[in-house]
Amino acid sequence: MMMTMGKLLRCTPALLAGFLLAPKATAQEPESSCVTCHAAFGDERLSGPVESYPNDVHAAQGFDCVACHGGDATVAGMGAMDPAAGYLGVPEGEDVLSVCGRCHSSAQFMRRYDPSLRVDQVAEYRTSVHGQRLLQQGDDRVATCSSCHPAHAIKPPSDPNSSVHPLNVAATCADCHANPEYMSPYPIPTDQHEKYLESIHWEKLSVARDLSAPTCNDCHGNHGAAPPGVSWVGNVCGQCHSVMAERFNQSFHSRIFAMLGNPGCATCHNNHEIKLADIEMLGVDEGSVCGRCHSAESRGGIVATRMRTLIDSLSLARERADSILERAENAGMEVSQAQFDLNGATTALVSARTAVHSFDVEGVREEVESGLEVAAQAWERGQEAMDDLRFRRTGLAISVGIIVLLIIGLVLKIRQLEPAGAGPSRKSAPGGEAR
Amino acid sequence: MSDIKKRLGEVWGWLDDRLGLSSWGELARKKDVPLHKHTVWYYLGGMTLFLFLIQVATGILLLFYYRPSAEDAYESIQFLMAEVEFGWLIRSIHAWAANLMIFTAFLHLFSVLLMKAYRAPREITWISGFMLLALAMGFGFTGYLLPWNELAYFATRVGTEIMGAVPLVGSFLGRVLKGGEDVSGATLTRFYAIHVAVLPMITAALLGLHLYLVQKHGMSIPPEVERRGGGRRSMSFAPNFLLRDLVGWLSALAIIAVLAAYFPAELGEKADPFAPAPAGIKPEWYFMFMFQTLKYLPAHILGIEGEALGIMAFMVGGALLMIVPFLDRRSGRNQPSPLFTWIGVAIIVYIIVLTILGYAANPTQ
Repeated sequence: MMMTMGKLLRCTPALLAGFLLAPKATAQEPESSCVTCHAAFGDERLSGPVESYPNDVHAAQGFDCVACHGGDATVAGMGAMDPAAGYLGVPEGEDVLSVCGRCHSSAQFMRRYDPSLRVDQVAEYRTSVHGQRLLQQGDDRVATCSSCHPAHAIKPPSDPNSSVHPLNVAATCADCHANPEYMSPYPIPTDQHEKYLESIHWEKLSVARDLSAPTCNDCHGNHGAAPPGVSWVGNVCGQCHSVMAERFNQSFHSRIFAMLGNPGCATCHNNHEIKLADIEMLGVDEGSVCGRCHSAESRGGIVATRMRTLIDSLSLARERADSILERAENAGMEVSQAQFDLNGATTALVSARTAVHSFDVEGVREEVESGLEVAAQAWERGQEAMDDLRFRRTGLAISVGIIVLLIIGLVLKIRQLEPAGAGPSRKSAPGGEAR
Repeated sequence: MSDIKKRLGEVWGWLDDRLGLSSWGELARKKDVPLHKHTVWYYLGGMTLFLFLIQVATGILLLFYYRPSAEDAYESIQFLMAEVEFGWLIRSIHAWAANLMIFTAFLHLFSVLLMKAYRAPREITWISGFMLLALAMGFGFTGYLLPWNELAYFATRVGTEIMGAVPLVGSFLGRVLKGGEDVSGATLTRFYAIHVAVLPMITAALLGLHLYLVQKHGMSIPPEVERRGGGRRSMSFAPNFLLRDLVGWLSALAIIAVLAAYFPAELGEKADPFAPAPAGIKPEWYFMFMFQTLKYLPAHILGIEGEALGIMAFMVGGALLMIVPFLDRRSGRNQPSPLFTWIGVAIIVYIIVLTILGYAANPTQ
């Protein structure tokens, strides 16, 4: 049924309110003219959205084309796209923010669908590098909502197929940021993704499937994406590595790095290509990070060497204790309690390595000494188990020796009772009681 | 010296007057053991009895430290193995002697089966012996769970699930045994009670009957030896047979000591009902042939659940084996009975092959 323009104009606010406030299941509604026409086009650009939208999170909630694009889907043909009926066309640039923000910035509206979902995405976006370039410089090449949340195929972040699932975020950002041609107008490198894929964070995320391991948005923010400032890198890393960050913030290195304009944690650990922080980083040997600035003879070099020596001594003591306990366990000794207690040395080792971030030898020594005590006790218990094992084997040899002597004695007694050739037989009669 | 002898003689005389000890000695001296090429199999019963007595002694010692609850059981065994003087030895001997006991009991059963020693008048001796082997397996099944470690927990879970598939009474039996729908602390206390009270009580009664009957009827002579006729050789039970028995028992003790010292009973990880079952859960070796058979059966046979049918088959098979003295009429008449010899051989081969297959099979299949 066709509606006149006047009626349409009068109905538009009611229609919009209806779409926004009371979406119904699409299956129960008559097919919209948008779907009818777009599905009939052979052109992928026009029919694509119709094909992919049924799997979109918004479709699942009952929102149809008009909810974002406006217009009147009850009108057949091109009349459905009448600007008078609120038709917006394909939103671009800043318009995307207003289309998405119309619902997503309204707490009152959003709580009907997902009360836990934040409603400050657009506000955050305005503070991001993307948002500022778009809104202040009119740069329409920067990312907007639909760049990361592809229109007509939006899925919640918990969906493994979502472009913003933790495992997919890096690839989504890399679509633009790893494209040298696309990024050429901007003075930033394009190797972040390549480097990130070499990092321990990506390894934890992709191999260990630890979805709490950081990806791009965990350090840069998602909607308010921006590179961390030199002075607050530590705060960003400290979201997870809180103890290290606290020790570092209280150290003199924190002040010196700030004075030199060095980016805190990233000075030693890099930013995107963050490798597993192994002990080789500490000290002044080749491959160490301290040695990049400190010579072996300098005060800093001496402190680094001492810290390394202390931690190495604990590692060695822990390994030694672990090795003897393992040998005892393999020999069948019950040493599980000692093995459990040795975890105390492992904890001390972790604490000592954490204490390195205070760049204070005494702080490291304190942790190392407590661990050395635990390791020494565990080693002693391993030694006792090995001594006990030797005692068991000696006891066994003696016991078996006694048993063998008894057997020999019995055999001799039997021979004495039954002289050779006579055998044990004492009867030789047909029949008998036994059956 | 003669004074001491005199005193001892007086004590003996006093006790003899009251207990009739000399008649026991007379009985032992009069007792004969037939001597023929199969005499060696006669030692297996005594060997099983000796291992059972080791089980009783070490089991009582374990009771001093064991705490039967899901919270404490594992820790109490851990304490016993690590802190108690010779606790490891007692537990290891208990574990190894249990396995050896069941092994010798199986050998004893099959030697008796093949020598047709079950024929009249020893039918009840055979039935009581068969039930003792079943009880020994029950001891093994219930005792395996008691350390409350991961392997035991999941093996018991599988075992009780299989039991639950027994037609008609399976589900009831499973619930009674487990004390609930799944293996839990309630199962542990039930298994404990069965292991240290119920089974020992029944075993003591049956063992008493079995030994009495062995004493009453003496050793059976294999039919082929009997049919050959001629002069019958024998040796006196005391001291000739008893001394040989002692040699066997001491040898078994030495073997158990070596096994306990070099392969002490393991404890593993504490059972965690919420942890995933480790791969390749296997029952104790003496249940393996049944377990493996059930694995080969299809899901449904003639509309009946394959597993249930398998269990029924084992139950019927066991029942038939138990009443074999009444089935083997020819042996009863002292005639050759090759059919039952071949059935016995087939059972032995079946058990050995299926057990080997069970251990060789891929644990994930």
